[in-house]
Amino acid sequence: MATQASRSAARLMISPSVILLFLWMAVPLGMVIYYSFRRYRLLNPDRAGWAGWSNYSNFVFSPDFGGALVNTLILVLGVLLLTVILGILIALLIDQPIWGQGPVRILVISPFFIMPPVSALVWKNMFFNPSNGLFGELFKYLGMPPYDFLGQAPLASIVTIVAWEWLPFATLILLTALQSLDGEQLEAAEMDGAPPLKRFFYIVLPHMSRAITVVVLIQTIFLLGIFGEILVTTSGGPGTASTTLPFLIFKKALLDFDVGTAAAGGIVAVILANIVAIFLMKAIGKNLD
Amino acid sequence: MGKISLQKVEKRFGDVSVIPPLDLEVEDGEFVVFVGPSGCGKSTLLRLIAGLEDTTSGKIFIDGADATQLAPAKRGLAMVFQSYALYPHMTVRKNIAFPLKMAGVPQAEIEEKVDYAARVLNLSNYLDRRPGQLSGGQRQRVAIGRAIVRSPSAFLFDEPLSNLDAALRVNMRLEITELHQNLKTTMIYVTHDQVEAMTMADKIVVLQAGVVEQVGSPLELYHRPRNIFVAGFIGSPKMNFIEGAEAAKQDAKTIGIRPEHVTISKDSGAWKGTVTVSEHLGSDTFLHVETDLGLMTVRSGGDVDVHHGDTVWLTPEADKLHRFDDKGLRIA
Repeated sequence: MATQASRSAARLMISPSVILLFLWMAVPLGMVIYYSFRRYRLLNPDRAGWAGWSNYSNFVFSPDFGGALVNTLILVLGVLLLTVILGILIALLIDQPIWGQGPVRILVISPFFIMPPVSALVWKNMFFNPSNGLFGELFKYLGMPPYDFLGQAPLASIVTIVAWEWLPFATLILLTALQSLDGEQLEAAEMDGAPPLKRFFYIVLPHMSRAITVVVLIQTIFLLGIFGEILVTTSGGPGTASTTLPFLIFKKALLDFDVGTAAAGGIVAVILANIVAIFLMKAIGKNLD
Repeated sequence: MGKISLQKVEKRFGDVSVIPPLDLEVEDGEFVVFVGPSGCGKSTLLRLIAGLEDTTSGKIFIDGADATQLAPAKRGLAMVFQSYALYPHMTVRKNIAFPLKMAGVPQAEIEEKVDYAARVLNLSNYLDRRPGQLSGGQRQRVAIGRAIVRSPSAFLFDEPLSNLDAALRVNMRLEITELHQNLKTTMIYVTHDQVEAMTMADKIVVLQAGVVEQVGSPLELYHRPRNIFVAGFIGSPKMNFIEGAEAAKQDAKTIGIRPEHVTISKDSGAWKGTVTVSEHLGSDTFLHVETDLGLMTVRSGGDVDVHHGDTVWLTPEADKLHRFDDKGLRIA
């Protein structure tokens, strides 16, 4: 039992790290908020004074904003769908007792160790490139004209790349959930006359619901900020076909050199991310009880 | 209907023979208990009957039909697992209804059967709870309820009481026995606890290393154990075994005498010894006596006034002596 004295001592002891972490978060956020109301264009000599809400209206009413929002949602939902469904299937597969189980599992996990721009470049040059890529070769072998994945379907291609990167994470968490399932429950269901597919939907899937929630929540946080893969593959193009919210902010800040509008975009993104988080917690957070 | 017959059933895991070829008959309506020390293959045998394990060779007949290759669900048997294996995300109602739902029974009939099972098992007030909100005994009853609604031809119990505390275990033992008397359905019950076996069974099957050591009614096993293993396993406290000269006097390699068949006296008797521990249970007293023939356990009345360090004399009741030959088998 903690006494009053030991509790206040504990608070005192952890306060430096708490204060440091708070500053770490609060100072950049404060600066972004500050810049979002400033007139601050690096290409313009008139770099002083308050801009009011004009930075926000510039960002939100810019022609790219709506598309970027939709693209972000497509990217996040597409990757979530792919990783969860494929993750469950792969977890079911590698949960089977097979020869070479250890190496297979390590191979399945390995994409997670590769940094995002590297894997994006590997996909871009090794698979998607219409003239040199393996997929192009495959199309040629089948007698079809090579398909320019990043040109014709840029967002779908990026979803593929990101899903490939995040699949190991989903698989790993879903696999551990699968392994924690009591075998007697499955046997009981078998005795109760449930065929394999029904056993999966009535017993296995409900058991995994908490793990699926964890996967969805954690991945959403990271997927909202996907940037490197877009930069090295399509640079948001062609046109704005694969421009997402983070990439739009990058464009405002480092291509248009409009720090104020970019900062306003950042604040908009923070607010949107929080709205998404609230909806997610409301919708599936009850699984975490 | 629930006659189960095993013919030369064998189970091997790789090179390890868990159950050497074995024959067994379970009659309709019988309460059969498989009992043996842990690792003796009793659970494996039950799982073979349930169809959760494949037999290596031999045949299993249920109600006269060959069920060896039949899927578990098609055998018409219901099983209660040691961990209860309830579905944690479903309410008690849905748990009990699950086998009916899988069988495609109409909703109205499902409700009727679930309500009936809940009434029989005193679960009516808990139907909308989840298994996690129930006590051990209630979970056990839900597991039994899930088995009852299928109206199986036989129930299989795999050590169902081992997760309950002692008081609850005695209760559930009674409830299961009553259930058997009401339903009159065949039950096969696996346990390592010989008390459960003695109190519940119509017929006990004593197993050791997959081999059936003896099949018989509880009292048959108690009075006429076929060999030393059964003699030592059935009965509590354990039978005393004596070898050497004392046994040779009776023309046997080993003689056995149950603790309750030894009379104790402070002044005269056959074997002299010193009391090391006396356990006073109120109704009985268990005395551990160090004699020249080894440590003996004696069971006597609750009011016996003997304590640690006392010298006592033990006399076996001559007609209650069990004699075993050099192979450990009973001599008539």
